[in-house]
Amino acid sequence: MAELAFAMPALGADMERGRVVRWRVKPGDTIGRGQVIVEVETDKGLIDVECFHDATVMALLVPEGVEVAVGAVIARLDVAGAAPTAEGPRAPPATEPARLPPTSAAPAMPPVATPLGARVIASPLARRRAAALGVDVATVAPGTSGRISAEDVERAAATSTRERDPKEAMRRAIAAAMAKSKREIPHYYLWQSVDVTDALAWLTAHNARRPVTERVLFGALVARAVARAAAAAPEMNGAYLEGAVRSSLEVHLGFATAQRGGGLVAPALLDAHTLDVDAMMSAIADVVARVKSGGLKSREMSAGTITLTALGELGVDGVLPVIQPPQLAIVGAGRVTERPWVVGGAVVVRSVLTLSLAADHRASDGHRGARFLQNIVKNLVPPEAP
Amino acid sequence: MTINYRECCKLALRQCLDEEPRAFLMGEDVGAYGGCYAVSKGLLDVYGPDRIRDTPLSESAFVGVGIGAAMNGMRPIVEVMTCNFSLLALDQIINNAATLRHMSGGQLGVPLVIRMATGAGRQLAAQHSHSFEGWYAHIPGVRILAPATLEDARFMLPAALKEPDPVLLFEHVFLYAMEGELDASVRAVDIEHAALRRRGTHLSILTYGASLQKSLSAADALAAEGIDAEVIDLRVLRPLDDAALVDTVKRTHRVLVVDEGWKSGGLSAELMARVCELAFDELDAPPTRVCTAEVPIPYPKHLEDAALPQAATIAAAARRVCGRG
Amino acid sequence: MSVPTDDELRRALVDAITTVAPDARGASIPGDVDVREHLELDSMDFLRVLVGLKERLGVDVPEADAPRLVTLDGAVAYLRARLAP
Repeated sequence: MAELAFAMPALGADMERGRVVRWRVKPGDTIGRGQVIVEVETDKGLIDVECFHDATVMALLVPEGVEVAVGAVIARLDVAGAAPTAEGPRAPPATEPARLPPTSAAPAMPPVATPLGARVIASPLARRRAAALGVDVATVAPGTSGRISAEDVERAAATSTRERDPKEAMRRAIAAAMAKSKREIPHYYLWQSVDVTDALAWLTAHNARRPVTERVLFGALVARAVARAAAAAPEMNGAYLEGAVRSSLEVHLGFATAQRGGGLVAPALLDAHTLDVDAMMSAIADVVARVKSGGLKSREMSAGTITLTALGELGVDGVLPVIQPPQLAIVGAGRVTERPWVVGGAVVVRSVLTLSLAADHRASDGHRGARFLQNIVKNLVPPEAP
Repeated sequence: MTINYRECCKLALRQCLDEEPRAFLMGEDVGAYGGCYAVSKGLLDVYGPDRIRDTPLSESAFVGVGIGAAMNGMRPIVEVMTCNFSLLALDQIINNAATLRHMSGGQLGVPLVIRMATGAGRQLAAQHSHSFEGWYAHIPGVRILAPATLEDARFMLPAALKEPDPVLLFEHVFLYAMEGELDASVRAVDIEHAALRRRGTHLSILTYGASLQKSLSAADALAAEGIDAEVIDLRVLRPLDDAALVDTVKRTHRVLVVDEGWKSGGLSAELMARVCELAFDELDAPPTRVCTAEVPIPYPKHLEDAALPQAATIAAAARRVCGRG
Repeated sequence: MSVPTDDELRRALVDAITTVAPDARGASIPGDVDVREHLELDSMDFLRVLVGLKERLGVDVPEADAPRLVTLDGAVAYLRARLAP
């Protein structure tokens, strides 16, 4: 028997706490790799957290409804037979995107990331008082000592008695991640206008034969092109952690999705580089539906290796996006619009898209970035037959 | 009536000698000279040379004699001039006094009391000023007492004499001249529990011996600033009163340990460890300590003062613990 | 099978829309405005509305016809025509 402490995972670089909403297993249950064992509420919504082991549940340590810090042990598992089986989910998330073969003999760890944001410094009593009062210690301002005391918690509880607002919490999470990005990541930006007339024509023909349930949106073509280009660009795909570029062999493409009423999440389309146009479309449809209705998986929240953000539908020509830490790059897509375009010495009307790239200058230079952007274009027009 | 600590020690000795015929006092210069700190002055005339016995300058020998006498039915009170010299008797104290009940499977007991002076503050320099009670508190098989008040000086010794196993009593040299009113209502004290010497809400100062008075002065100064310090007199350094530690931490959630011993591997470390082990979730600030500087105690007065915990340094540390420093 | 009335069509339509945009539930949607702008629906949302219509009414809207469904009035008219016996 091997005992495993299952900890609250960091479902994104900026996550510091998570609330156990519902246990999907009970002590004594036998669980398989990839099985969802608990639903966790984070600033980014409700996430299904998976286990990366074949195991037996020994004990659930945190009751439903209770919020704990990232890294806190929430369950104990008996990892029978220890060695992970060959099938099941691949190597775990963004914290280990290094070029480890997925069949590595080392047991896969549960998705416990070292939180990249600063740890909340609070006294034991302050944490206990905060739990009792339902105050998120991360929101409490410390006194002069720099450590949150019980008194600080009580003051915070007194001044803010209203219910925890999930929108506001998400805003804070976005604020933390974006401020960190702009503070730490030296961005450089490139953009390019691309004639996508042929791609659109291909898409129209592709969709003409299909029922509405199998229809493909232009975004899927862009996502596919980005994923394929990223697979060939290690300095764009992965993470920058502890002062080093950790490239990823797989492309887990974060798909920036606005939430209704404000807020943004970028769940990862797992192994996006392997998906053809139709598979990409269903992956996007699946993830977007779950962004709106809940049920995103922990791996999807933490595994992203590069992100795509498309704002063209709102009429913007292009976007200079902000990298999602600890990723290395983000691709932006503006609107597709008809423009005068020179083809073969003549000015004609073509459908033009402006693609942009923001990349981490610590990981790559403009030259590589330009090649990457070129490569996206190559994969976009004309799309190969799926 | 005003009385000092030294006189309380003497009254304690007299009570022991009066009430327990098997008791006798033994040590260097305790007879004709009246004791290095004059605690036994005049007792030779009252009790005679059989019960007030001068010994050669050999701590190992006379502590060993005390152990033998105790094993054979006597109730010896052995005075070691200062704890600095007690190191010469470590083998007797640790290998014999502390272990014999255990080694004999309970057949032998050593009902021995050893009194010794401890501590600094009287410009006696490094070979006469150290505090080793924390070391002794490491040893299973002995009880360690540190009387810090007139009442404890007066009544701890008679209580110790009733113990079936060895008791070491550390009288701080700085306290012998401390004067005050002896509480007439107190007729006996226990040698089990820590004592709450001042009630407070903002932090707990855990201390003993001469540091108690300094801590109380610091608490008065802090009160004027709105910091309400609780002061715990440990009294019994082994076995420590864990319940009292937890109890006070639950009230104040902040801990300052004041110990005239050195920090490294010392009693202050043990106290902080216990607080963390037993009351971690009650803590609202890291436990902090004020100890003697990690140097042999200096001879010059200004350096000796600087090396020791003082009311001002205690108050400053207390402010920091409360987040006001 | 009887042909749905305009009211029934409108209800099915609003139901499909509010499944995608739950926050719009209960609010009245004017018949002549572009629901994509009115409710901030993106192309993925709008596609999901069309999928919802197929589930509810069995009508598969070809991509070329989609622009005719961007207002409630337009969509009801389109659906009525498609469902006419």
